[in-house]
Amino acid sequence: MTVLVAQQPGTPAPQPGRLSQPYWDGCRQGELRFLLCDECGAIPPHPSPICPRCHTRSLRWVPSKGRGSLYSWTIVWRPQHPSFQVPYAPAIIELAEGAFVMSAMVGCEDADLVPGMQVEVEFHSASDTITLPYFHPHSAPPADRTG
Amino acid sequence: MAHPFRHVAIVGVYNTAQARQFPEHDSASIALEGALGALEDAGLTPKDVDTICTQFGAEDVLTLGLGPVTRRHGFPSIPGVLDAAALIATGQSDVVLLAAGGAGVYTDHAATAPWTRPAHEFVVGHGLFTAAEFALIARRHMLTYGTTPEQLATVAATIRNNGHVNPKAVYYGRGPYTAGDVLASRMVADPFHLLDCATTSEGGCGMVLARADRAFELPSTPAWILGGGSDSMGPSYHIAPRWDMTGSSDPEIPNGYVGRRAARRSFAMAGLRPSDVDVAEFYDPFSFEIIRQLEAFDFCGEGEGGPFVADGHIAPGGTLPITTDGGLMSFSHAGHAAQLLQRVIRAVEQVRGSCDSMQVPEARVAICSNGGAGALFTDVLLVGSERP
Repeated sequence: MTVLVAQQPGTPAPQPGRLSQPYWDGCRQGELRFLLCDECGAIPPHPSPICPRCHTRSLRWVPSKGRGSLYSWTIVWRPQHPSFQVPYAPAIIELAEGAFVMSAMVGCEDADLVPGMQVEVEFHSASDTITLPYFHPHSAPPADRTG
Repeated sequence: MAHPFRHVAIVGVYNTAQARQFPEHDSASIALEGALGALEDAGLTPKDVDTICTQFGAEDVLTLGLGPVTRRHGFPSIPGVLDAAALIATGQSDVVLLAAGGAGVYTDHAATAPWTRPAHEFVVGHGLFTAAEFALIARRHMLTYGTTPEQLATVAATIRNNGHVNPKAVYYGRGPYTAGDVLASRMVADPFHLLDCATTSEGGCGMVLARADRAFELPSTPAWILGGGSDSMGPSYHIAPRWDMTGSSDPEIPNGYVGRRAARRSFAMAGLRPSDVDVAEFYDPFSFEIIRQLEAFDFCGEGEGGPFVADGHIAPGGTLPITTDGGLMSFSHAGHAAQLLQRVIRAVEQVRGSCDSMQVPEARVAICSNGGAGALFTDVLLVGSERP
């Protein structure tokens, strides 16, 4: 049994794109954001100029309350890059608002992970410019949001 | 109506030697060896080629001194074979050369292979790599249907044992394996143990397609394209690989069953059903992919893939032998595209009856595949011994 923790700075960091910059700005400010279509209510799976369902240019970033449930996960013991400390737990989170987020579980043991468990976001800086969202079990005490 | 590929034959296939490393090669040089070998197998020379559909494309045009010829970009994989067949069927080409190879690419073994490490902004920070992406898909199936690690391990042991008896496999003679051996290997990305995952290696391969009337003049035994299709749900390794993601073309097919549309189109084109298939040269990046493909391609019902493999169907002599050369787990996995084309090559060898090991007796129809749900795409090809 190992308690899952956030990675230390120094792992390969994301390069924000032109369309995704508001997502990463939000993470730095401690706010998880997702794209929503004002026209039809669709939640696009990636940043895009148009809605994948109604194809209008009606997308905007909106704040999430940062809570959701655990959709799927894995426990990695062979890191993709030696800068990652193992084990780590990449996870897909279904936010209460319906968006899906690629993240990782922290603040619990790997054996504690069960499908549908309630989770809440916390943020940890990965570099001078990038802050990553992580999720812990909802009942766990909130982590230091400054990371 | 005549079959769209009635006038298209696969006339040459070839694998170079496959090994952990070829210090004397780079990817272009070993792919070229694959190309030359396939032409020799067909009884043709480079001067007969009028279309290049190789990993190195225009570079190969220059290397072989062929110009002006037609060239196609992209992976020489199942979609490449289908494009080549279409070029011939529509009169744009008479002889198409496909080739791929990998060597000298994977050098830093402290990290996983470079082609497994996506750099996209939404996955890189959380340490995703191909094993983790495919594990996120497998987990959903295990939660939904009760698919077990033992069933996954049965797939891996079956494929690795096929490689164990294949003298041309990188891992020839390294078995035999039991499911228990797979479960006892170290964990990589739960539920995948080391032996649930593809290997990494180096090697080249090639294939030649030709107009059927040319094929009948050649010494080689032709194989035929009975059907094919290609399904994408989006870019590989950019977003959370979600089983339930759907799109507008068929909301009944989630990403977890990507390839189902391609398979159904393939069988419709061939006028065949899954029960007509003699051998399945499935793409095997991870053990769970076989269970998923069995369900996606309608060889069994949804959720029945685990029991299907546990009941011995995929074992030697079973109703559906799979990945008979040892696949990506044992035969070879050179990274970029060679292992994709090698699934088609093995299907051709099966219907020709030319396999050195694990030849399925009187195999007339072979299915092969590329991709997987963790990568949001799956391609399907049906190859036969009889002209459609």
